[in-house]
Amino acid sequence: MNLHIQNGRLVDPASQTDSQQDLFISAGKIVAIGAPPPVFHVDQVIDASGLVVAPGLVDLAARLREPGYEYKATLDSELQAAIQGGVTSLVCPPDTDPVLDEPGLVEMLTQRARNLKQAHVYPLGALTVGLKGEALTEMAQLAEAGCIGFSQADLPIRETTVLLRALQYARTFDFTVWLRPQDPCLGRGGIAHSGAVASRLGLSGVPVMSETIALHTLFELIRSTGTRVHICRISSANGLELVRAAKREGLPVSCDVGAHHVHLTEVDIGFFDANARLDPPLRAQRDRDAIRQALLDGTIDAICSDHAPVDDDEKLLPFGEASPGATGLELLLSLALKWAMECVDDPRQVVLQAVDKVTARSAAILGLPIGKLEVGADADLCLFDPAAYWRVEPGALASQGKHTPFLGYELPGRVQLTVIGGHVVFRR
Amino acid sequence: MHNPQLSPDGELLHLLTIEGLPRAMITRILDTASSFVNLGDREVKKVPLMRGKSVFNLFFENSTRTRTTFEIASKRLSADVINLNIQASSTSKGESLLDTIDNLAAMHADMFVVRHAQSGAPYLIANHLNQTQQAHVHVINAGDGRHAHPTQGLLDMYTIRHYKQDFSGLTVAIVGDIMHSRVARSDIHALTTLGVAEVRAIGPRTLLPSGLEQMGVRLFTNMKEGLKGVDVVIMLRLQNERMSGALLPSAQEFFKNYGLTPERLALAKPDAIVMHPGPMNRGVEIDSAVADGRQAVILPQVTFGIAVRMAVMSILAGN
Repeated sequence: MNLHIQNGRLVDPASQTDSQQDLFISAGKIVAIGAPPPVFHVDQVIDASGLVVAPGLVDLAARLREPGYEYKATLDSELQAAIQGGVTSLVCPPDTDPVLDEPGLVEMLTQRARNLKQAHVYPLGALTVGLKGEALTEMAQLAEAGCIGFSQADLPIRETTVLLRALQYARTFDFTVWLRPQDPCLGRGGIAHSGAVASRLGLSGVPVMSETIALHTLFELIRSTGTRVHICRISSANGLELVRAAKREGLPVSCDVGAHHVHLTEVDIGFFDANARLDPPLRAQRDRDAIRQALLDGTIDAICSDHAPVDDDEKLLPFGEASPGATGLELLLSLALKWAMECVDDPRQVVLQAVDKVTARSAAILGLPIGKLEVGADADLCLFDPAAYWRVEPGALASQGKHTPFLGYELPGRVQLTVIGGHVVFRR
Repeated sequence: MHNPQLSPDGELLHLLTIEGLPRAMITRILDTASSFVNLGDREVKKVPLMRGKSVFNLFFENSTRTRTTFEIASKRLSADVINLNIQASSTSKGESLLDTIDNLAAMHADMFVVRHAQSGAPYLIANHLNQTQQAHVHVINAGDGRHAHPTQGLLDMYTIRHYKQDFSGLTVAIVGDIMHSRVARSDIHALTTLGVAEVRAIGPRTLLPSGLEQMGVRLFTNMKEGLKGVDVVIMLRLQNERMSGALLPSAQEFFKNYGLTPERLALAKPDAIVMHPGPMNRGVEIDSAVADGRQAVILPQVTFGIAVRMAVMSILAGN
């Protein structure tokens, strides 16, 4: 199957390309950019006039809810959502039921995902058995089964000794450990950012200190172990200061932020809108402003969707009883574009910067040869109209999770076509 | 963001919080209450304003006192009252909160009086009714988590107005466990809306929530300084489970520092009044000599509470 994508605006942050060029695909790979290869029989021509041709998005956090939570979402529904959002590779955390702490489970999940022939699924293995923070998992065997790193999902390790041992063991094999910085006790049970809004609404708080104390501990441990750590879903200005200093110091850390936190604040809880019930909680204006700035200066490497589909039964509840999380795979591109449109000064850099945060940067964290357009690379592409706005409403989403704090928003950037391994898997 | 308690033209659909209620609406409720306040002294303690209407008391959290005052208020308005102890019924059978609400609405309820342990639960119910064309069923928040207890806030305002007439020059101190108190939050919103000179919150730092100043409150950790020259003292109940632990070392130490004794009350204005939402813990937050003293207006608060709840129900019912 040979594809010729013509008249598109090629945007490839890895090579700093942003220009009108044609793309030629054969046997699932990009075979030429600009002029066709010497011998090339075209099977299908795709006219990309008016569209950006970008690498397929690489999402660093998407819960697919399989196995165990199929009532919330299934691999089928969420991988469909992924391709509708232009996401061709995604990382899924291990907080399934059962937890991804055994090689057999990981193999089953990756096998099921492969059979669906949609987005590539890269699972994170559990760092500790059952995510209980007690015993280490068989990391080496989990890695053989396909885990690209190890994580505690949203459950912090209580015992610092166990965290130290886990980091040492991971370092033995040069595995990356993915951690969301949160103190195991401070702010436990909290449902909103500790501050004026939570106090006014009478919601129990999660203080910023919960994040900063965890980061201090983590960086001290990394100084000793040298383990590569990816910091997931940073939420506060003070936390970012610590990450910035750690990077300056040369610690082997990278960092992502959830797309919601790039745009929203505690004020968006409004009158107890459970769609804004997220972990970590939406924080104050100054935190959001610091996040937007940190994306510009590189302190935050990438934006992830933090996709967490939740069904009606677990969302149509009083704020404190509602499950945290929001659907995000189909909003990721739009939210990255919205950030760049609002924060990048040079208008010629807007699309390139937005695409960078959801392709090249996230791929670099994974250390995989994805998220770029170059000859020889897998043909995973996302074609979108950067000028089109769409309205976020339940009917517009393929994900089984229909809850998002962006309901009713008009967002920029609509995915028109997604290609995985040289096959058109989605066309709007 | 639209506050679901007001209709687009500013009419009261539900009473969920005092925050954002126009001053004129609060005054209207207090004026209406004053027309009901002497009803209890009459031979026939009833008016026919809600005859044929059904009021459902939905108490997801236990309360005897508040439920009883709502029941009395409904009956004095000639409404039919149905008390539901929800913990013991449907939700324990796995029915969702909103399914319960739809079922009760289908029984032609006119009003839900809701108490819930979760902050914001009455909003979920009111939003659901508004969005499902059932806005003719009104919701009254009878206390949700730490968030609000608007009828208590209103009856506190009624009491202050009764004894002090004008709000403009008053300094009001709220003392104790502000952190966990829905009464404190409702009082603060009401007092700032009515334009008192100063609202003070007095308590140890463990019981003062962060960002409280942004609600227009001056914070004091020293009881003596905080009480100086105040016109009104509102004492809050300290829950048993908070008397010893990580928030406070003991009830005794709390009383030593924040208990309202005659000596401390002497620092307030000579004609200051003392209020308490009840039930009181004598010897924990308040000394018996003060609770039973001439400045205490704690029992009149209870009497006014019925009139205020009648006023709210009557206004919601369209009178």
